[in-house]
Amino acid sequence: MTIVTNGAESPPTERAPEGAIRVVDLRDVQRVIRTRAFDDVAANAGAALASLAVVWLVYDELLGLDGLLGFLVCWFSAYLVFYVAVSRRSHPGVVVTDRVVSAVIHLAAIVAGLALASAIVFVFVKGWPALHHLNFYTQDMSGVRPTSPLTEGGILHAIVGTLVQVAIATVIALPLGVGTAVFMTEVGGRLANFVRTTVEAMTAMPDVLAGLFVYTLLIVGLGWEKNGLAASLAIAVTMAPVIARSAEVVLRIVPGGLREAGLALGSSGWSTVRYVVLPTARMGLASSLILGIARITGEIAPLLIVSGASTYLNLDPTNEPMNSLPLFVFTAVRSGEPLYIARGYGAAALLLLLVLVLFVLTRLLAHRRGVSR
Amino acid sequence: MAVSVDPASVASTDLHALDEPRVIDPGLARADRVFRQVARSIGLSMLVLILAIGAFIGYQAIPTLRAYGLDFFTESAWQPELNRIGVSGALVGTIEIALIALFFGIPFAWASALFISEYAPPKLKSAVVSLVDLMAAIPGLVFGLWGFFLLQPHAIDLSRWLSQHLGWFPLFKVNTDADAAMWAQSRYTSSAFIAGIAVSMMVIPYACSVMRGVFAQAPIGEREAALALGATRWGVIRAVVLPFGRRGVIGGTMLALGRALGETVAVLLIISPTFEIKFNVIEVGTMTISALIAGRFGEASAGQLSALLAAGFVLFVLTLGVNAVAAVFVNRSRSGSITEA
Amino acid sequence: MSLLTPSTDPPAVPTSPGPWTTDGAPRPAIGGGGESASLEADRVSAWFGSHKVLEQVSLHMAARQVTALIGPSGCGKSTFLRILNRMHETTQGAGLSGEVRLNGVDIYAPGGRVTETRRRIGMVFQKPNPFPAMSIAENVTAGLKMTGLKPSRSDRDALVESCLQRAGLWNEVRDRLTHPGGALSGGQQQRLCIARSLAVNPDILLMDEPCSALDPTSTRYIEETIAELREDVTIVIVTHNMQQAARVSQHCAFFLAAAGTPGAIVEAGPTTQIFNEPSDPRTSDYVHGRFG
Repeated sequence: MTIVTNGAESPPTERAPEGAIRVVDLRDVQRVIRTRAFDDVAANAGAALASLAVVWLVYDELLGLDGLLGFLVCWFSAYLVFYVAVSRRSHPGVVVTDRVVSAVIHLAAIVAGLALASAIVFVFVKGWPALHHLNFYTQDMSGVRPTSPLTEGGILHAIVGTLVQVAIATVIALPLGVGTAVFMTEVGGRLANFVRTTVEAMTAMPDVLAGLFVYTLLIVGLGWEKNGLAASLAIAVTMAPVIARSAEVVLRIVPGGLREAGLALGSSGWSTVRYVVLPTARMGLASSLILGIARITGEIAPLLIVSGASTYLNLDPTNEPMNSLPLFVFTAVRSGEPLYIARGYGAAALLLLLVLVLFVLTRLLAHRRGVSR
Repeated sequence: MAVSVDPASVASTDLHALDEPRVIDPGLARADRVFRQVARSIGLSMLVLILAIGAFIGYQAIPTLRAYGLDFFTESAWQPELNRIGVSGALVGTIEIALIALFFGIPFAWASALFISEYAPPKLKSAVVSLVDLMAAIPGLVFGLWGFFLLQPHAIDLSRWLSQHLGWFPLFKVNTDADAAMWAQSRYTSSAFIAGIAVSMMVIPYACSVMRGVFAQAPIGEREAALALGATRWGVIRAVVLPFGRRGVIGGTMLALGRALGETVAVLLIISPTFEIKFNVIEVGTMTISALIAGRFGEASAGQLSALLAAGFVLFVLTLGVNAVAAVFVNRSRSGSITEA
Repeated sequence: MSLLTPSTDPPAVPTSPGPWTTDGAPRPAIGGGGESASLEADRVSAWFGSHKVLEQVSLHMAARQVTALIGPSGCGKSTFLRILNRMHETTQGAGLSGEVRLNGVDIYAPGGRVTETRRRIGMVFQKPNPFPAMSIAENVTAGLKMTGLKPSRSDRDALVESCLQRAGLWNEVRDRLTHPGGALSGGQQQRLCIARSLAVNPDILLMDEPCSALDPTSTRYIEETIAELREDVTIVIVTHNMQQAARVSQHCAFFLAAAGTPGAIVEAGPTTQIFNEPSDPRTSDYVHGRFG
């Protein structure tokens, strides 16, 4: 006789005539729901190992290829063949298809991830020799020969240049962009639609053309010299439409009900914008701005054209060329001097770090908002 | 004093005359009027700025077209000193590199987007999404370095294999003996093929985040309906996610194409400038319009500057067209607007 | 077992044949899987994370009957229903204990194929969800495509017609079968979803408040459909509407969750008994409308 309890009651003490009482305590324990059976794992692993073994043996002989890439391609193809063969023996066609698709998609995602990661790792590894010297951050390259050891010289001028140029560009582009966005969402009308179309079209402009435009207009046409201000203007031209477009999206997401509530309380349009819409959108605006800055920081095309690759620290944007991180990297890696190239990689690594920091800032802001993307 | 109106006594025309919409004076406060004016003027100044830039570029480009005429679009050489310049070689190269970038990048982006939205473990998902967005912000410069110094030595092996076995196909023909024991490595370097792969690295995270956003919006009611019918995961994807995301995938691809067309630095670092209309992409030498501009502006005289501006304008129009097509697909898709952050 | 003999999973859930016999001749879809199936829930508890929402629910849902799950909102009826066809586990953090037996075999036993279980225990949802990318006819056969059955052209047309007829929709859509599935009214969409679920020949059909989003006329149509279907398919329906439960069901289970406690079955039995002579005073209060 089997007595089933859920642990709450104590089992009865009478004995059944035949023999021992078997007590099963069915206290409420959650079941483990396994969606993956041993068969799934085993078929997968078995196919992988078998294909690896076969291709290893056969690769050199049969196909006469060399190179890691070819080996991997053959391995994966053999793996798929084995996987399909094993699965078909005991599963219907839909399951086999599901497994194969799953394998292909996993592999594609892993390859893409590895490739992207390798780019980042590559830059940091090649830049490390320069990065771990303090002078890299505190000195500039004036008076330092390209062949000097890495304990001399640094990219302070490039760092400062990037910061100054991005700051000036932001000061110009941010009000213009956000103001245009406010115009498009809050005022509206036919003119606003036309502005929206134009702004969208402008985001398609290649930034190299923005640089060429500033070059032709200011430097050649008006006789300016290549200075930090020109570079900032070129960046601002690219930045403003992008900020306008993403700010508009952020503002549009603010629910119309909020605006109506503001109006129903008796506030004017401007008050609603100032006290309801903008505060609600504040975090979104900040994060789209920072993302815009992150993207702009790495834009080199306009800089190639309008700024000069100087070697000395220059804090004055209106006078004399101002170097910047992307430009420094570009000139350094093409110089052919190993030590200088190492500096270039170091600068590139720094650029990546800057983008990363800005990005993390965006995420932190998004979380403080309480809404995750 | 109450006034009662007997409806029967009011003529029907009078009733009709009563039933017209009123003209409502919005009664804006002064602050409001000022606000609207200020906003309007900012918007207008942006508009004016953009139109001015467009006009300036167009105006500057006119001398070129006047001087060279339609030959500007058919000539491929860039020899200002001989008065022979044309954008066709660079244009073909631009399109080639962009298409190669799409060829390699979009399948991986599509698969990664599906992976993130359908296969990734839920705890990892938001981390991976952030990671992909971060990758999209990596400057092209980094991938140019990666492409030239890390990828190239391996990619030329692939190029050589392609020319050995598929050399009969015009895309893969290289002007050298691929079967020679000491094969000429330099004939395979700095090609459109390698530059295309480098640009594809930029395309992947960008297109992936757009497509993932669309896939994630596939309605959960339909997903559950498919599951309740006994579908496998791939069955749900095929029946619900992919049809829903189709337009978004196309839109994302077009947006990525626009990005790839304009990429400057990665291309500049990799390619070896060659001015001809060239279809064999794995051979050394190619040119894109943005690299042309970035490379040649320094020694450009006024006439050549105008030519460069004209070339840039051609690229602009091309990118604009691509983005416009993308917008059509994006706006018509069920998921609403796919937006860049 | 030697490595050379093909391995077969001992099917944890006995597979019922599809609408076609193995020699390819179509079996009429009417007639179901052969035997009507019964469903038995044995001490099922459910959690979302650490929050327990169902307490030891046991219920026998007999073959060829309509069992209605009634009770106020929020007491776990829909959760229980979703446990019956293994949809509960698709929610992050969901857990359960106990057994659910289809014709005596636990559907949660390891080794069973969840897709087969879901095919045999179909579900119609509260909000109609036809696939908008497919036409009406394609919607009906969608389940076949997804479970790997490939009927011939004539079989497919016969199946579409018979399923739409059983769902009570055939006359309204017979001349627009190629139109998109989303372009129908709410009631028609729901009947299309019923037809779609029927096409894969389930043994059990679960319905989660299928009429709550519909107008009275559509509701009446669907209730008529339920009455006709129950000979071939065992039906379990969750409903808020007591009169509906009284109209369509032969067996009833009354769920209740007191504030802060997990839901449980207070009383279950024949519908006439539940409504006319309930044993539990709470049941009596609920069916007489004193709360709910």
